Amino acid sequence: MAKPASNLSKNVQAFGAWVDERLPVSQFWREHLTEYYAPKNFNLWYFFGSLALLVLVNQLVTGIWLTMFYTPQADQAFSSVEYIMRDVEWGWLIRYMHSTGASFFFIVVYLHMFRAMLYGSYRKPRELIWILGVFILLVLMAEAFMGYVLPWGQMSYWGAQVIISLFGAVPFVGDALVEWIRGDYMISNATLNRFFALHVVALPLALLLLVVLHLVALHEVGSNNPDGIDIKKNKDEKGRPLDGIPFHPYYTVKDLFGAGVFLILFAFVLFYAPTFGGLFLEKDNFVPADPLVTPEHIVPVWYFTPYYAMLRAVPDKFFGVVVMGAAIFVLFFLPWLDRSRVRSIRYKGLPSKIMLALFVVGFIRLGMLALAEGTPIQTLESRIWTVYYFAFFALMPFVTMFEKTKPEPERVTK
Amino acid sequence: MSETDLASTQPPENPGRRRLLTWTTGVVGAMGAGLAIWPFAASWKPSAKARLVGAPVEVNISNLESGQIMRVVWRGQTIGVMRRSERMINDLPELNEKLADPQSEVESQQPQYAQNVHRSIKPEYLVANIHCTHLGCIPQVLPQVEAQPFDSQWRGGFFCPCHRSRFDLAGRVYSGVPAQLNLVIPEYHFVDDNTLIIGVGPEGAA
Repeated sequence: MAKPASNLSKNVQAFGAWVDERLPVSQFWREHLTEYYAPKNFNLWYFFGSLALLVLVNQLVTGIWLTMFYTPQADQAFSSVEYIMRDVEWGWLIRYMHSTGASFFFIVVYLHMFRAMLYGSYRKPRELIWILGVFILLVLMAEAFMGYVLPWGQMSYWGAQVIISLFGAVPFVGDALVEWIRGDYMISNATLNRFFALHVVALPLALLLLVVLHLVALHEVGSNNPDGIDIKKNKDEKGRPLDGIPFHPYYTVKDLFGAGVFLILFAFVLFYAPTFGGLFLEKDNFVPADPLVTPEHIVPVWYFTPYYAMLRAVPDKFFGVVVMGAAIFVLFFLPWLDRSRVRSIRYKGLPSKIMLALFVVGFIRLGMLALAEGTPIQTLESRIWTVYYFAFFALMPFVTMFEKTKPEPERVTK
Repeated sequence: MSETDLASTQPPENPGRRRLLTWTTGVVGAMGAGLAIWPFAASWKPSAKARLVGAPVEVNISNLESGQIMRVVWRGQTIGVMRRSERMINDLPELNEKLADPQSEVESQQPQYAQNVHRSIKPEYLVANIHCTHLGCIPQVLPQVEAQPFDSQWRGGFFCPCHRSRFDLAGRVYSGVPAQLNLVIPEYHFVDDNTLIIGVGPEGAA
């Protein structure tokens, strides 16, 4: 038995060498997995990057399958989704995996971004990783918005109406721009068709490209860690960081475990609360689109609510749109707004900690307020948190420059 | 190998000629690429079919009772045609103080022939695009004089459920609500007492 086996392995090795001479497979494997050294002190927050990748794969696979049964035609779109839910074998599962996946994508991405804010992962030399990440968020938002239009329910239609008319706030060309985006004098079949094309082809391609760039940039400079210190400063005689461990097998195994826990939670929502009480899929979207009847409350899906609250908080349409856009745009500047001597929140001063905590509270409160009735008190609270959202960024250079920081350790801590 | 090295390190024989050729090629190429974008961008404009569907519509108003509103779809927009009662017309000037633009001074919101107290050709008939000027929702019609949760002295008008904008029965926006502009009055004209055409103004008035 030994002889044929060794012959086989010899052949496999020869084949591997043949490929390697033509395509750098094992070099890629080494550089990005077995000899890619990541800090050994990653904690729970470091699961969300790989989880985002997992959700992306889920969205791509389920999305491809949904296009096999969905009809992007205004008079058939809604019924084709019903067809998927009722008649296509396992169609309900694939559709709910896709719609639940969309919400989990944002949960994971928001937590992933919060991790970066906690540990200063956007700081030099990782500015481009952060900026590419913000672009990923933007594309993801466009992707999610257009995807939500496709079932052609009441919320699809009226949500599109509200969001597209935001472009009408652009001075001078606003109305022409809105008409150009819709392709008609109203939200219509033309709008649905182009959103379908963008949602299933153009934006996923852009998203994949951005994710690749995000990872290439990450692997060029290496991961940050909860202590925010540079592990490349302390290397052994072979040039390996003393506080680094090979990504494979150490972090592949860790991330697999994270994926397992994540999938349990995901499955729980998927099977027991796929609409999540109207937060993931709104009740009005189970009614076919009707251009002549506006639903009583037009609210976006939960992941847009903080920004929607800002829009509503401003009593002027044009300025409201500007504020909402600026809320995303300001993120691009984060790497240069933080002037602290240390990266990680662990060694920053109390003011930074309080401000970040308030930022999280404000973000969540804004999301809740967007779903609320809009009483004067609630409007006032929205305004306060909107102002705070921007104050957080505007004050950051001063707070981080003048606050007292703790000394960073030489080596990563436990 | 050595030959190409030589070529790349030595300055070109005629640098001015090289520069001119590089720039003209670059500019012409960029223009070509720019122009090639046009068909793709222009394909997003309303198609010939959509423009045809956007043609004017004829409305018969002979059955409209006083105080009633009827909805007509024109270019996918809901146009309300309302026959206002005496009370409603007389109320209009009295609301001026509560409104953002009582004199209809923002010109984009109505044709010139509707820039008057009642914002219409005939005082009795309001013809308005009843999509809220904030974000395009369709307001509820609450024509009666009765106290509302949002206004205890409500004199009748339109109330948008999306973001609580309010308009009076001439489509004029109240001040202090998200919408900033009065409801849009489309171009329209009367063919005779019972028929109006939405989409084209009275002859000579446009």
